[in-house]
Amino acid sequence: MMLTVRELSAGYGGQDAVRKASFSLEAGQWLMICGPNGAGKSTLVKAATGTLPFQGTAELYGQDVRRMQPAALARRVAVLSQRVSTEYDFTVEQVVALGRYAHRKGFLRSADPEGEAQIARALGAVGLADKRAARLSALSGGEVQRVFLAQVFAQDPELLVLDEPVNHLDVTYQKQIFDLIDRWRQAPGRAVMSVVHDLNLARRYGTHALLLDRGRVAAWGEAGVALTRERLAEVYGMDVLGWLRELLRCWETSDKK
Amino acid sequence: MARKLLWWCLPPVLLLTMLLCVCAGSVPLSPGETLQILWRGLTGTEAGGSGEAIILRVRLPRVLCVALTGASLSLCGAAMQGLLRNPLADGSTLGVSSGASLGAILAIVLGIQFPGLPFAGTMVMAMLFAFGSLALILTLAYALDRSLATGTIILIGVVFSMFVSSLMNLLITFAGEKIKSITFWTLGSLSGSTYVNALTLLLALTVCGGALLALGGALNAFALGEEQARHLGVSVRRVKLTVMAAVSVLLGVCVSIGGTIGFVGLVIPHMVRLVLGPDHRRLLPASLLAGAVFLLLADLVGRTLLSPVELPIGVVTSLVGAAAFLVIFYRSRKRGSAQ
Repeated sequence: MMLTVRELSAGYGGQDAVRKASFSLEAGQWLMICGPNGAGKSTLVKAATGTLPFQGTAELYGQDVRRMQPAALARRVAVLSQRVSTEYDFTVEQVVALGRYAHRKGFLRSADPEGEAQIARALGAVGLADKRAARLSALSGGEVQRVFLAQVFAQDPELLVLDEPVNHLDVTYQKQIFDLIDRWRQAPGRAVMSVVHDLNLARRYGTHALLLDRGRVAAWGEAGVALTRERLAEVYGMDVLGWLRELLRCWETSDKK
Repeated sequence: MARKLLWWCLPPVLLLTMLLCVCAGSVPLSPGETLQILWRGLTGTEAGGSGEAIILRVRLPRVLCVALTGASLSLCGAAMQGLLRNPLADGSTLGVSSGASLGAILAIVLGIQFPGLPFAGTMVMAMLFAFGSLALILTLAYALDRSLATGTIILIGVVFSMFVSSLMNLLITFAGEKIKSITFWTLGSLSGSTYVNALTLLLALTVCGGALLALGGALNAFALGEEQARHLGVSVRRVKLTVMAAVSVLLGVCVSIGGTIGFVGLVIPHMVRLVLGPDHRRLLPASLLAGAVFLLLADLVGRTLLSPVELPIGVVTSLVGAAAFLVIFYRSRKRGSAQ
């Protein structure tokens, strides 16, 4: 088992946003963490990856994530989030190379025999090999997100965690990013865990899903089993599936014309 | 291309600037003469004479102190800007230098001293107050705005500086003759520097500067945000504490020797970043060298422009610094609103 979470409770300011959550994750899986706003999705992901203090257990291959050194943790778990500062105008290559930070050894963290190859591979995978020397400020929003995706690819983790990675992106970029991650996941020994708002994306790309309802786990299992029409209706307080279908029907009439 | 050029130019430029600053002054001496005197001073074969006295007793220690102070201030600015991902952060804009001054003044007023080490009491108090100020300002900034937005932390720094300055004025008014003028503490001066001062600065810069230079990679990660740095494998707390401690010690030493010389740490890293880009593994060492050159030239202007009247060195750096502050603020705001 790659990640095992048992009875995890966590939150901000003494109030638990997540209560007694349990789930696990194996290599090859893509676990989608779903639920309405304020259900505790980000809190759960942050706690399970050791960013936020919590009660309960979260173990990565049997090791308590709270006891792991930051660099040791970063060699196994990479996080792609949208809260990244771009105050300073780094080049694409500099940002991607930062993904190798935890792998560098030695006094000034300069020795990393695999680094160059990993950086080149990551840049190639996201299709930015020719923008290597470009500055971030010269790129589009979608390209910037791909740069940070290349950074986590270069980090070469076993578990990739995504905290609402495509929220602010156009639909084209969303598909691009999710396809890239899906391809990455299919190599042996890799898994993905992500927070997503869009249930269509969750169902389309997730192998497994975890549905949160006000801090508690309402369902966890294979995506098709966990995200049923009844459960979604219960957790979201409306017939979500019916609404999604209705939305899609708008296009049927316009197709005929 | 410009990067490589700057990189290889800086060390010789620094040496030439130092030579220029030793030559120039109210009694100008030719470079050849100066070099001869320096050589005689180094080999201990002094012949006596007014030129020798001026260079070896007055100008050389001052030039060394100015160069080391400039290097330290500039390096501190660059490191803080990386840590706080805020291009306006600097000892003077955050009020850390003012805090250090207050500590130094308090030490003098209260007569805090270590036996056998005449300046150590002032210096240690300046370092402690620098660290305390930095910790206080950061705590306040985090409490008000976790993203450390450019404006918030600078506003806190300004308010803190004003508060500390009024305390300093109060102390100086009551302490009378014991303390150097308020001008020294608010605008700084390195006239009358000694070789002991230079040696102290060199020691601090070697230890603390070395610690900061070794953190270039980690500061690059910090520049993307603290959370991001943690995800990349940086020991966030350790790096933060190291930077804070190193910066406090360096600023404490600089302030207790030369007073508050403002804006060096703001102007120089910004200019270096324009040429070399934001990679801290290059930015930090280049800022160190360029800061030394900048302060040497500022000191030269200060003591030759209206000679025999000597301008406080902080007047020159603040004139340049205020303009630079506006430019950086404008650019940073424009970038912020474009996203």
